[in-house]
Amino acid sequence: MKNNDLLVAGVLILTAGTYGFRWAGQLLRTRVRFPPRAVELLEVAAVVLLTALVAVTAFTQGHGSAGYARPAGVAVAGLLAWRKAPFIVVVLAAAVTTALLRFVKL
Amino acid sequence: MRSIDRTLARDITLVCLAVGLVAVSYGAIAVASGFPLWLPMAQSVLVLAGSSELLFVGLVAAGGNPVAVALAGLLVNARHVPYGLALPPGVTGRGWRRLLGTHVMNDESVVFALGNGAAAYWTCGIGVLIAWPAGAAIGALIGSVVRDTNAFGLDAMFPAVILALILPKLRDRGTLFAALAAAAIALATTPFLPSGAPVLLALVAVAVVLPSRHREEQ
Repeated sequence: MKNNDLLVAGVLILTAGTYGFRWAGQLLRTRVRFPPRAVELLEVAAVVLLTALVAVTAFTQGHGSAGYARPAGVAVAGLLAWRKAPFIVVVLAAAVTTALLRFVKL
Repeated sequence: MRSIDRTLARDITLVCLAVGLVAVSYGAIAVASGFPLWLPMAQSVLVLAGSSELLFVGLVAAGGNPVAVALAGLLVNARHVPYGLALPPGVTGRGWRRLLGTHVMNDESVVFALGNGAAAYWTCGIGVLIAWPAGAAIGALIGSVVRDTNAFGLDAMFPAVILALILPKLRDRGTLFAALAAAAIALATTPFLPSGAPVLLALVAVAVVLPSRHREEQ
């Protein structure tokens, strides 16, 4: 699929950068104080990116709608996760709900 | 270095099992969305940071440029910098051991390190280093066997996994508003922008938390 070289480049960038981040904090510890506000913003940025990814992968397919079965499955999973159901239950509920809705052709 | 008692060992084991379970769905989804088998395997060992790997697979499968997506993944992984600042000195080991001790720094091992010391950090870190790639490998094999993944609702598992992972963070109101704005931006621009771009554009939603947090500080 796609361009294999680009894929390898992507994996290497993510690998090297992540390992670099893991070193950076330890090396900087004695020299700088990281403002708590920056830490907070980094965390919000990560959640923002991942939420957008959830929305796009739940509701869309290509440039159009993904139909109803998939968002319904994700919604059921979200509800279960909110009620603190075990992780395995949450994930299976998403798949089963979506598969059933497709089976009955909704 | 504090040693590890029974309760702590059980807690660490449960965390590693949960991580392995996420990895199974990750591996299955990666291969089912058309990636070669090596991709989830290589990432699970080399990157060893779940959310960013899921982001990578999800966005590249949707047509995003792998290099641009890797940079977005790095933004998700930037939290490891404050993790390194927060860890007590010496937890990651000395000499050549530190190369490995640094690699196993992740959300879970840092939590155990802060509460229970170096032994817990290493046990959890190594546990995740085994559970995450092993789960990804099992998932990748399952994904390559199942042909029509849509019939089994596998496509709904991906957003469900990420949603379950971020949900605890959404209990904070500011974060929730930013996240909802991000979802709206991404969905509204999906029909017009090239695939992968809407999620990156949604990052501007971080601006939602800027003014409100500022007020709280005063």
